Amino acid sequence: MNYLASIGSYFIMIKEVFKKPTKWSIMKTLILKEIDELVYGSMGIIIFISFFIGGVVSIQTALNITNPLIPRNLIGFATRQSVILEFAPTFTSIIMAGKVGSYITSSIGTMRVTEQIDALEIMGVNSLNYLVFPKIIAMLFYPFVIAIAMYVGIFGGWTAGVFGGFSSSADFVEGLQLDFIPFHVTYSFIKSIVFALIIATIPSFHGYYMKGGALEVGKASTTAFVWTSVVIIIINYILTQLLLG
Amino acid sequence: MIEVDNIHKSFGESHVLKGITAHFEKGKTNLIIGQSGSGKTVFLKCLLGLFTPDEGSISYDGKVYSKLSASEQRNLRQEMGMVFQGSALFDSMTVQGNVMFPLGMFTKQSKSEMQDRVDFVLKRVNLVDAHNKFPSEISGGMQKRVAIARAIVMNPKYLFCDEPNSGLDPKTAILIDNLIHEITQEYDITTVINTHDMNSVMEIGEKIIFLKNGLKEWEGSNKEIFKTENEAVTDFVYSSELFKKVRQMYLEERN
Repeated sequence: MNYLASIGSYFIMIKEVFKKPTKWSIMKTLILKEIDELVYGSMGIIIFISFFIGGVVSIQTALNITNPLIPRNLIGFATRQSVILEFAPTFTSIIMAGKVGSYITSSIGTMRVTEQIDALEIMGVNSLNYLVFPKIIAMLFYPFVIAIAMYVGIFGGWTAGVFGGFSSSADFVEGLQLDFIPFHVTYSFIKSIVFALIIATIPSFHGYYMKGGALEVGKASTTAFVWTSVVIIIINYILTQLLLG
Repeated sequence: MIEVDNIHKSFGESHVLKGITAHFEKGKTNLIIGQSGSGKTVFLKCLLGLFTPDEGSISYDGKVYSKLSASEQRNLRQEMGMVFQGSALFDSMTVQGNVMFPLGMFTKQSKSEMQDRVDFVLKRVNLVDAHNKFPSEISGGMQKRVAIARAIVMNPKYLFCDEPNSGLDPKTAILIDNLIHEITQEYDITTVINTHDMNSVMEIGEKIIFLKNGLKEWEGSNKEIFKTENEAVTDFVYSSELFKKVRQMYLEERN
């Protein structure tokens, strides 16, 4: 019953976010700040992880090809498919749920605990619009992060494959181009936009409606990460079935 | 003037406010006192519109809050200033940013007009060198002054303070009390202060409401509180030996 009430509250929150918009001159600054904080600030970790995961996918594929009849270009093919279809949009989003999600929950939760949200409400500010809307808009730039994760992941796979002596550069590139379906990239970007909205809103919900003190802010961050990850995994399944099934 | 008519508020099984009727006059510092759990904070949050009473009504200069539309309620809230117990300053903004926030949000003033207004109110609360400091870089007393400056920057009709001098040393507490009192009279504001501090009661309590178990037990001024025979009030206000002696001396002097 509590879960149902929470789901209801979540959708009511989403509705409130779009009511009574904050003055554009102020909102513009908030959006730019959030893009810097949530998107640009995450690039380093995403590039680092993408490179090495791409490399590991490439090595694992190479090590599992024992049959001499299987062509070596499969390494590039498998790396591309894994990175574009799942690693870049889904795995990266789980990482972002931890990094960005916990930041969102703890920053909004701290504002709740220290009565800063009450202060906004008493001034007549729609606090949900002021706090959550800029995060949603900033996260619409998330597909750019995913595009970079795809590129770096494949580059990491090529680096590990070629310099690790598992594949020649020509074989790897041939595998990358083999049976390429452009819709897979579109599918990946569709998923990333949906995940972006989840990453922006579920942690905001947990931060905004939290009760208690500093300890509860930490608990809310953990809960937000768990639920964001769970929802991403479920939505990933549904979207894959709908778009590729 | 704020008129409260028989408000009730419950949370589940807990009946917190059990029918409070009161009025708070313009240009006066009105104090709400009472033990922890007496319903003071819930009462203040009802006055601020953060909680909706289950029964009864609250009107602000004749406008009944519950009968206003959502946008009228927001407009009314812009006429309210609030000083929170923990100041509730925005951590990510400087002192100047905090005070300028409501102006930027709700007025069409130019940058220089806003700057002039911010300089004026910060000077009014005796803070002149802290414009570019962040809340974490200033003392608790200075944070309270910034909170007062932010609360009055829009020229509010109603000022609410939740334990404005908690956590402050006695000297700073008196300065904050006097500042609120002066501002109330200077700008003819209806001020309501929620407090535990008996110095505040004695110093600036032009009208005092004593709450007990969600009901109004007593009301009067800081002069009348010395003479009251209400046992609940005397037990609460004169709980320390010092205050008991002060009261005794006052009564002996009067007789």
